[in-house]
Amino acid sequence: MKDNQQNLIRFLIGLGDDSVVLSHRLSEWCSNGPYLEEDIALSNIALDYIGRARMFYQYAAELEGDKRTEDDIAFLRNEREYTNLLIHELPINDFAFTMVRQYFLDVYYCQYLLQLCESTDERIAAIAAKAVKESRYHLKRSKPWIKQLAEGTDESRERVQLALDELENFVGELFLMEEWETQLANDKLVVDRKTLEANWNSEVQSFLAESDMKFPDSKIQIRGGRNGIHTEHLGHMLSEMQYLQRSMPGLEW
Amino acid sequence: MQTVNDAEEQLKFDQRIIDEQKIEPTDWMPDAYRQNLIRQMSQHAHSEVIGMQPEGNWITRAPTLRRKAVLLSKVQDEAGHGLYLYSATESLGITRSDLIEALQSGTAKYASIFNYPTLTWADMGAIGWLVDGAAIVNQISLQRTSYGPYARAMVRICKEESFHQRQGYEIMTVLAKGSAEQKQMAQDAMNRNWWPSLMMFGPHDSDSAHSGKSMKWKIKRVSNDQLRQKFIDQTVPQIEELGLDMPDPELKWNEERGSYDSGEINWEEFYQVINGSGPCNYQRIKHHKKAHKEGEWVREAVRAYQEKQNAKKQTNVA
Repeated sequence: MKDNQQNLIRFLIGLGDDSVVLSHRLSEWCSNGPYLEEDIALSNIALDYIGRARMFYQYAAELEGDKRTEDDIAFLRNEREYTNLLIHELPINDFAFTMVRQYFLDVYYCQYLLQLCESTDERIAAIAAKAVKESRYHLKRSKPWIKQLAEGTDESRERVQLALDELENFVGELFLMEEWETQLANDKLVVDRKTLEANWNSEVQSFLAESDMKFPDSKIQIRGGRNGIHTEHLGHMLSEMQYLQRSMPGLEW
Repeated sequence: MQTVNDAEEQLKFDQRIIDEQKIEPTDWMPDAYRQNLIRQMSQHAHSEVIGMQPEGNWITRAPTLRRKAVLLSKVQDEAGHGLYLYSATESLGITRSDLIEALQSGTAKYASIFNYPTLTWADMGAIGWLVDGAAIVNQISLQRTSYGPYARAMVRICKEESFHQRQGYEIMTVLAKGSAEQKQMAQDAMNRNWWPSLMMFGPHDSDSAHSGKSMKWKIKRVSNDQLRQKFIDQTVPQIEELGLDMPDPELKWNEERGSYDSGEINWEEFYQVINGSGPCNYQRIKHHKKAHKEGEWVREAVRAYQEKQNAKKQTNVA
């Protein structure tokens, strides 16, 4: 039971990390979007993810016995202690990359969170229920963007293709389970992500096929995020994000 | 050339202004009224949009998750205000792309305060508190402006601005009551932002190029100097409450006037910044142009996609 509690905390922090890292990336679009409307929309999605991160961290902090706060978790851990899945931390690149990643994650979260609503842990189920509604809305936005970019100009199509090529390296990790996570899944506390892959593939592939584009079944599986092995990008993000808390520690803000 | 019909319309228009009736987009209006509104409203819209940059400068470095969420939603609100004001300005018969071009070419202005750098986290407090505070004083008076869409935009925008001001003041409160270093940060940010905030109200009434006509048409309802005084009077007690030193040694209560006296603004600096030579003028416009240029392929893709869809529809109809 004690093991399970530790694993649950680990799980919550991992999901919090996924959210905080992606929200950071999305927020980088603020004042940089192709339309003012997109600045607003991407900020909105970033806000949803900050909200998720806070819910996951707060619950983790409570389970730990309130030894640290949500901000301690976010701002006082280093690269090797962050456990987000790698796809979330990749730089925003161009608008095509940002939207393709978002579309991939929207499809993933719609499926994942829907199942997580069934968690035997009521608090997790409640967070998932709130978040899945957001992701459905996000998907309503990202899908038409992929279509427009894939079928717009030669340039936009090429940019979508480049994004697909790069993301091929990082999608696989979404469906790889850690041993401790599998234990939690066996206890119906969390979702076995492996089981989502086939559905994810068929949804994404049939949608991309409408625009005559492809994404392979068997993907390169770079893994490490949940064990603190990251891309080189995360360190730079954290040094920016944590700068105030690190340079002036122990203060109220 | 003014026709007989125009002269009649002009009389009716003047009477409506006297009667405090709102002018709506489809109503007849003198061309100079229209141009004056386009200038003022687009300047207002551009200020919201350019204002996203100095605050956006701290989104990725906000010190807590809550602060980050609040700041991000504040900047998002500014973008929303910009959008809303662009739409309201478009009701005068100009397009958003024309307005953006005027901004990028330097023909259109924006609030000069955004040409100063946000150097520390305390600037997020000072901007919310002072800059949004000054904006609210101005915008409350504009809720009674004679052009309907502008007046309605102001009502909506003022509600959000007061939330912005509160969050800014809250940041200042925490810093002012925090460590010595934090308090110093708050003092410094207030000192730096104080004068540029007073400059936001524009030149003295006697030197204001557009004020006379704007007041006559009731586009502008209260003079620059009166608004500035109102802002000073409401802000000085807040500085005292924060326990910070006054940013201007000449700030003193004048019993007779029932207002605070204050030192003179450095008008040379004001005109320098307005005319494009402030610390960040170049950077702000460069950033705007760069983002706009980098988004061009996206906008092109959207246009191309639309054209293809329209062509498909036409083939289907045929």
